[in-house]
Amino acid sequence: MEGDIAQMGQFIGAGLAAIGSGAAAIGVGHVAGNFLAGALRNPSAAAGQTATLFIGIAFAEALGIFAFLVALLLMFAV
Amino acid sequence: MASESTNTSDAPKGNGRMIAFVLIAIAAVLFFIGYVDDYVPSDGNYLSIHPMDQFEIKPLFGAGSIEWYTPTNATLWMALAIAAITALMVMGTKGRAVVPTRAQSMAELVYGFVRKMVEDVAGKDALPYFPYIFTVFLFILFANFLGLIPRSFTTTSHIAVTIVLAMGVFLTVTILGFVKNGAGFLSLFWVSSAPLALRPILAIIELISYFVRPVSHSIRLAGNVMAGHAVLKVFAGFASALGLAAVAPILGIVAIYALEVLVSAIQAYVFTILTCVYLKDALHPHH
Repeated sequence: MEGDIAQMGQFIGAGLAAIGSGAAAIGVGHVAGNFLAGALRNPSAAAGQTATLFIGIAFAEALGIFAFLVALLLMFAV
Repeated sequence: MASESTNTSDAPKGNGRMIAFVLIAIAAVLFFIGYVDDYVPSDGNYLSIHPMDQFEIKPLFGAGSIEWYTPTNATLWMALAIAAITALMVMGTKGRAVVPTRAQSMAELVYGFVRKMVEDVAGKDALPYFPYIFTVFLFILFANFLGLIPRSFTTTSHIAVTIVLAMGVFLTVTILGFVKNGAGFLSLFWVSSAPLALRPILAIIELISYFVRPVSHSIRLAGNVMAGHAVLKVFAGFASALGLAAVAPILGIVAIYALEVLVSAIQAYVFTILTCVYLKDALHPHH
């Protein structure tokens, strides 16, 4: 295993950035779970809110994407 | 007529599910068989998996360098997506029957679905821009689904492809916002419902979040599609290393493949619905 310490730092940094994906997963789970909780209380209103659900998921996911972007940049651009 | 339609709607429920499952299973097995020859290791190490090799862009003819005009596997599969969309829409609108054929009802279903989405999310005055949104939706949907064919190439797994789509949406929406509202479009960043002291800070946050839109918009699609395909290939690598016990990872591939079918449709939907949200912001920037 040869290589320089800067490369090691890159890989460690990319791995740390991947934690952000897990954080985004928590966010997406919150959105979907709360939607389901609301939908089960009032199923008749649920159908009209699926678009809102996906928009909420997309916004929660966007911040995980930035973590992924940091990982990508560390791996391939630095 | 009536009895005929009830008969056909009764039977295929179980059948259709069965057929769908068999098709997915066959596709996954093909996926595995197609890639197994890539996994004969040169160094005897069966676990040297290269899941990212499938995204490599190769020229279709010869092995020269890739210029902007070189026909590559990426351009081929994008062209195939366009051809498939054209075929569906041409066949779907050919008959214009009252009782639609399968192609026609597919075309009508997709058209109605996207039209309703634009109307619900972006409002009635966004309907003039419906053709653009419909085009984007169909392209992403077909590129995703064609990418699921074994040994094919998934164009939407490349950020280079999705960033063009996302920048197209971003520029369209920004220019449209200024054309429709003039300088009033800037009130999108001035949250008038917030306390006055907070507004400058919010303006900065809104401005940043506006300009990272194309980044998240494009990487969401490319990242989801790429990650799914990489997982499929990692499992294919396990299968090639396990010999007879490969049944377990192959079943895993079947399950993940089914999930990928779902993800393909959902990501096309999410990309389109975000386009609608951005369009709504451009048409009605006032908070």
